[in-house]
Amino acid sequence: MDAQPLQRPRTPIPTAAPVPPAQQPGPAALPTAIEARDFSFWYGANQALNGISLVIPDRRVTAFIGPSGCGKSTFLRSINRMNELIPGTRHQGDVTLRGESVYRGEVDVVGLRRRIGMVFQKSNPFPKSIYDNVAYGPRVNGLARKRADLDELVETSLRSAALWDEVSDRLHTSALGLSGGQQQRLCIARALAAQPDVLLMDEPASALDPIATQKIEELIYGLKQQYTIVIVTHNMQQAARVSDFTAFFYMGSLVEMGRTDLLFTTPKEDRTEAYITGRFG
Amino acid sequence: MTAHTFRDRRRRAVNRLMLALTGVCAVLTVVPLVLIFGYLLREGASSIDLAFLTHTPKPTGETGGGMANGIVGTLEMVGLAALIGLPVAIGAGMYLAESTGSRFATAVRFTADVLNGVPSIVTGIFVYLLVVVPTGGFSALAGSIALATMLVPMVTRTTEEMVRLVPREMLEGGLALGLPRWRTMLGIVLPAARGGIITGALVGIARIAGETAPLLFTALGNQFWQLDPRHPTAALPLQIFSYAISPYDDWHRQAWAGALLLILLVLTLSLGARLVFGRPERRA
Repeated sequence: MDAQPLQRPRTPIPTAAPVPPAQQPGPAALPTAIEARDFSFWYGANQALNGISLVIPDRRVTAFIGPSGCGKSTFLRSINRMNELIPGTRHQGDVTLRGESVYRGEVDVVGLRRRIGMVFQKSNPFPKSIYDNVAYGPRVNGLARKRADLDELVETSLRSAALWDEVSDRLHTSALGLSGGQQQRLCIARALAAQPDVLLMDEPASALDPIATQKIEELIYGLKQQYTIVIVTHNMQQAARVSDFTAFFYMGSLVEMGRTDLLFTTPKEDRTEAYITGRFG
Repeated sequence: MTAHTFRDRRRRAVNRLMLALTGVCAVLTVVPLVLIFGYLLREGASSIDLAFLTHTPKPTGETGGGMANGIVGTLEMVGLAALIGLPVAIGAGMYLAESTGSRFATAVRFTADVLNGVPSIVTGIFVYLLVVVPTGGFSALAGSIALATMLVPMVTRTTEEMVRLVPREMLEGGLALGLPRWRTMLGIVLPAARGGIITGALVGIARIAGETAPLLFTALGNQFWQLDPRHPTAALPLQIFSYAISPYDDWHRQAWAGALLLILLVLTLSLGARLVFGRPERRA
């Protein structure tokens, strides 16, 4: 990645040796984590997604961009079936996680959600202590039986979310006393503690100030070594900074998906170009 | 400009008038409590002494004695009613909060509201037929069931409201972690609504603590110590009732003291509820 059209996070994060752009693979050439096949979704009579087919590669950051109401969040929430909580919704087509259908057959939704972590637009720490926020999921799911194991898991998760140094001396105080950015990183730590395979992020920085946003972006950049990350953002600079691949949604359809550097410099579709150059949306 | 200043003056005058009117209404709301409390203090305070708090009633005609058995009986019955009623009410409230659209939930909600408005004496008669007649006698247990019958709809509705106030993100956050729904409700949503539910429960308990009518046909009352909930048991409101309509001055004096004690109990519970409610969880 030597031709950088847009900024990376300022703090350098050690990554693998850069590969020349021409040799870098597209999304379909990499191992697949998530795949959607002709997936449509309705809220009552209102169709929100219109035959989405795409491939999300393993251990990369994939960003969904598009104007409000384009279906990017709906699609994200279809991956871990969170949309089912809303009455009157239905779907067609399928989404697979590591080749297994998320919707068909006897899928255990609870088990599915354990494999897919989620971070929400509005940080939603539980009204518990910082420690218990991170420990609650593993404790219930039986990931750590012994106290020492749990302590270790909490520390690792908080370190992975770059929050440990700020909270290690007050683990047992209320999570609601943290700042907005810290709360969001706590939610990331909480999701990581469940040891998921995939991390879904629904506009994780849209309610945060620039400094906190930068921290979250640096975090995403580091986390992709271990996790497949899908991030919804309405901020195109953010998509360009953090993601390897970008999918552009418009009015419930997937317009274009490709390598982020290519999509932002040489979009194939006119609508993509119009959107990224700020002519609508 | 002149038109404006005239209209401004008129607007300010109307504003002052309306503010004064609502202020008077506000004062009228507080006056009864202040008067009741003041009157009870004047009539009853001097009669609350150690004997009143620790002795049982003396036989008819003798002066002295106290309402110790009534105080304990009230605490026993209210405690039992809370033990029976609160789990049911909190469970039902969570159910209602979770099932918005269902016809059954709508029916339950409506029934709870109607039950809230049922005169307490009717509740007493109902429990008389349901518990006292089949078990063959008046008992503290029957009294508790009557009180619980009043407590459940009140606390059900407040629990429902409080659970609804918990941001949806809490439920989604728990479910997204792969927690089962019941676990998320009990472990995350319910604790998030804890303050409001405790307040609702305390207000409900304060309300039933002073009830007389539902106890008339159920607990009946008793002149002696009775801690076994299978037997007729004394209660402060019952004791106040029977003493107040008696012809003896000493009993009147004790009825005042009992009334003061009862209102202090209710006031303590309400203030406790306020303290819990006045300490809101810190939010970002």
